[in-house]
Amino acid sequence: MTKPEKLIIDGKRLDGRGPNELRPIKFKAGVLKRADGSCYLEFGGNKVMAAVYGPREVHPRHLQKASRAVVRYRYNMAAFSVEERKRPGPDRRSIEISKVSRESLESVILQELYPRSAIDIFVEILQADAGTRVAGINAASVALADAGIPMKCLVSACAVGKVDGEIVLDLNKDEDNYGDADLPIAINQFGEVTLCQMDGHLSEEEFGKALDMAIEGCKKLHEMQKQALVEKYGQMVAPVAEEAQTNGGVLNE
Amino acid sequence: MEREIVVPGDVLGEDPKLAGSGTYVQDGRVYSANYGLVDRRTNIKVIPLSGRYIPARGDLVIGKVVDMTFSNWFADINSPYEGMLHISEYPERVDPANMRKYLHVGELIIARVADVDPTMKVELTMRDEHLRILKQGRVIDISHVKIPRVIGRNGSMIGMLKKDLNVSIFVGQNGRIWLKGDDKNVDLAIRTIFKIEREAHTSGLTDKIKEYINREQEQLRSSTK
Repeated sequence: MTKPEKLIIDGKRLDGRGPNELRPIKFKAGVLKRADGSCYLEFGGNKVMAAVYGPREVHPRHLQKASRAVVRYRYNMAAFSVEERKRPGPDRRSIEISKVSRESLESVILQELYPRSAIDIFVEILQADAGTRVAGINAASVALADAGIPMKCLVSACAVGKVDGEIVLDLNKDEDNYGDADLPIAINQFGEVTLCQMDGHLSEEEFGKALDMAIEGCKKLHEMQKQALVEKYGQMVAPVAEEAQTNGGVLNE
Repeated sequence: MEREIVVPGDVLGEDPKLAGSGTYVQDGRVYSANYGLVDRRTNIKVIPLSGRYIPARGDLVIGKVVDMTFSNWFADINSPYEGMLHISEYPERVDPANMRKYLHVGELIIARVADVDPTMKVELTMRDEHLRILKQGRVIDISHVKIPRVIGRNGSMIGMLKKDLNVSIFVGQNGRIWLKGDDKNVDLAIRTIFKIEREAHTSGLTDKIKEYINREQEQLRSSTK
């Protein structure tokens, strides 16, 4: 797609949103059976799956910490997640995102409860549409809670940016590609910023405004994350369809 | 009983003295540290809905021997941490040169968690009644958070299973359950336990399970005729 002439027309953005509106968002907790905790998230055009395993034994052994759990985070984009096929495997960008995302969640996980163990978080981007790192953090945070990992609170994240000289919340693909700045922010419920990156330029005043807007967006996301977890419990209470259960069990003679 | 569901970070109270397991205190307030249900009967506790088994002193567990050293056996106890069983904690006197004679890799044991230190070194013991090597029967794995429902209030659920199906059952705190008896009955008991696990959050579970067992037994009888 070529650059559109204007990204904001009559105060409306190209997808019809106002400056401080989020895209449609849908969380679903506990979608994977084999993982300890999981979450599927649709965040506008982004489709993200997060899975959490652990606490479990650390392999390789030398990574383990005697006094706390280690947290490992893998952000990975599927080859089909973008228009032009992405070469599979970790690259410079995904390694960086894995690191900052891990740090944004590590600060709320009560790691000292599980010494010598590992908590593994896997985030797969199935479809990308700007703001995948914040989508990944939102999904991972719900998946961690779903896995029963003790945490101080959830982490919510969203991006703000500058498009056509205006500060707008939650950039979409075109705004991200042709905008002037992109600022992903993650905060926890106490208002502490756990992730802050910036691409592009913002004046001090603009930055302040952008940060306030991001915090508002994160609050909305926080509500949705809580909702997803409460809903999952509601479904557990509802009568479950009878399914054929194979007889498991190991023999020990 | 209306049960209150919380997520990490929810405020549960203003009195730090009441903070129990699954909570933490910050700035004089009690917050939930877990995704689970609140129990306010004595202090404020959060009962998690999921999570791995973390050993605690006094728990009875079913372990599988995975390794052995000069004086210890190591058992997988369905947890991030392995359990260590010293030869002195074996029910009888052990000749260290011939440990394999007493307990070999792959065997299943019922053990008690004797101690857990702050670095999560787990010491097991088998020197107590009920604690033994499991020579027969079958062992299944379920989520350890559902174990209280399998046992039921004052053991009502497990008592019913044992009596109605004539099966010996041992339930480990770590989510492992050992069963022994007639093959068909054990099959039904396992099906029932998985059903309890799936429907752990519904009320009136014991009655529903009783009905289920009766129905299934009826079917079993008519099919063998």
